Amino acid sequence: MTRPSTKHLAAAAQQIALLAVVLGVWEASVRIFDVPAIVLPSPISIFEQLVKLLGSALFYRHIWVTLSEILGGFVLGSAAGILLGTAIGLSRVLARLLFPYVIAFETMPKVAIAPIIVIWAGYGTGSKVIIAALIVFFPLLANTVMGLRSAPREEIEMLRAFTATRWQIFRMAQLKHALPHIFTGLDIAIVLSVIGAIVGEFVGAKAGLGYLILQNNFNFNIAGSFAVLFVLSGIGIVLHWIVSAVHERVVFWVDSAPALSRN
Amino acid sequence: MLSISGLSKTYEARGGGKTLALTELDLMVRRSEFISVVGPSGCGKSTLLKILAGILPRSTGEIELAGELLTGPSRHIGLVFQAPLLLPWLTVKENILVPAKIQRLDLVAAAKRADELIEMVGLGAFARSYPKELSGGMQQRVGICRALIHDPDFLLMDEPFGALDAMTRETMNAELQRIWSLSGKTVMLITHSIPEAVYLADRVIVMTPRPGRIVDDIAIDLPRPRDLAMHSNPQFGEYVMRIRRHFNSEGSLDA
Ligand SMILES: Nc1ncnc2c1ncn2[C@@H]1O[C@H](COP(=O)(O)OP(=O)(O)O)[C@@H](O)[C@H]1O
Ligand SMILES: [Mg+2]
Repeated sequence: MTRPSTKHLAAAAQQIALLAVVLGVWEASVRIFDVPAIVLPSPISIFEQLVKLLGSALFYRHIWVTLSEILGGFVLGSAAGILLGTAIGLSRVLARLLFPYVIAFETMPKVAIAPIIVIWAGYGTGSKVIIAALIVFFPLLANTVMGLRSAPREEIEMLRAFTATRWQIFRMAQLKHALPHIFTGLDIAIVLSVIGAIVGEFVGAKAGLGYLILQNNFNFNIAGSFAVLFVLSGIGIVLHWIVSAVHERVVFWVDSAPALSRN
Repeated sequence: MLSISGLSKTYEARGGGKTLALTELDLMVRRSEFISVVGPSGCGKSTLLKILAGILPRSTGEIELAGELLTGPSRHIGLVFQAPLLLPWLTVKENILVPAKIQRLDLVAAAKRADELIEMVGLGAFARSYPKELSGGMQQRVGICRALIHDPDFLLMDEPFGALDAMTRETMNAELQRIWSLSGKTVMLITHSIPEAVYLADRVIVMTPRPGRIVDDIAIDLPRPRDLAMHSNPQFGEYVMRIRRHFNSEGSLDA
């Protein structure tokens, strides 16, 4: 549970202390060794860029573009993965028929597909949603299949003995057993979706945080790139927290929360 | 109430190997009778119970339950398993209501009945608790309530107290006797404890090791209600000895 305890507060304090030390060493090294800003900008110059970005209205439009790509890809890819995973998890016939193709699809590097998707779907947000969805799809499919199969046989027999139909068994046991696995998949997916959106923007875009990073790089504004990067990772962390919080609330009967969600 | 004739079961392994688990089994059980089935591990007790519960196909034979041929899981049966098998995301009361939900019974009436059952097994304070908050014995009592919620005529139990310590087990035996005498249900209790079998039953069915078949069918003529003092009754001891003799030559039976 996310109840703040002294233990949690102590952990947070340690994490912040670590960050301060790292930033301090970084700032000092850049100054002492006189590293050019184009190689490694100092934390203070990155912070200045960050303040500048946060002060401009245009920046929030870029955030919104990338955020909608991330969420669109997450929802679309997760839904497709869960649906197909359910079909495969419940039907041995479908599993045998589809699994080779699913594996073949998964071994295809999505980064290599991204340019094709951009050609097909254009430079707008649509192509990024598709790329993110493609990356997100497999972890959910795999976790859903595994989850549905994790329902203990005795439990299913118990429900059958009380005259449960297949559909009732699915709803009352299999789906519930799949939920922890599905949420583990969602935890992974939300982070992958961020990567997918940025990969898509790198291939070709007119707006978004990935686009902004590229632009800064072209202008040799490396501090600016770092600033966008930090915003991006902030977005990733917040989204991950949200998914984890929903996870713990929905799957309340499982004791151990996913390792990554503990802070 | 229940009539089994010519029942046999052969398990066929994937590699082609066959296990004859039950053979030539005939059994008649009268309404409101309490039957115990004893036999060493692996003699086919669970197999018999799963076939009666309709979750395992039989190889040969016919089973008639409450005047109907048995073809699958039946609403007339309430099943208690060796493990409680409660659903961890449901509260005690919700777990008990599972068969009522499955069978689309009137949920208002069923909820009222669930409350009564919970009171009966002494879990009144735990209706809203989750299974992980209960001890093993408490969970098993919930399993018994669940088997009774749809008011089945026939209660089938597969070593329900096997995992419990001796003291909890004695309490549960007393409770089961009380439930049975109040409800008038037909009960088949599978156990590998001979004293438990004799203590509770009107009749004890003794099974041999593989392939499982019935070698003795003993009417237990002891007064009811029975209390713990029954264990020192000489007649009780004779029944226990008679059953135990079956296993001296054929394999051991822990009691
Ligand atoms: N699913 C199965 N497949 C193959 N053999 C089985 C299976 N289940 C039980 N058996 C075999 O059938 C015999 C009877 O098993 P079981 O009914 O569980 O015995 P009991 O409950 O009396 O201990 C055992 O020899 C066991 O190995
Ligand atoms: Mg058994």
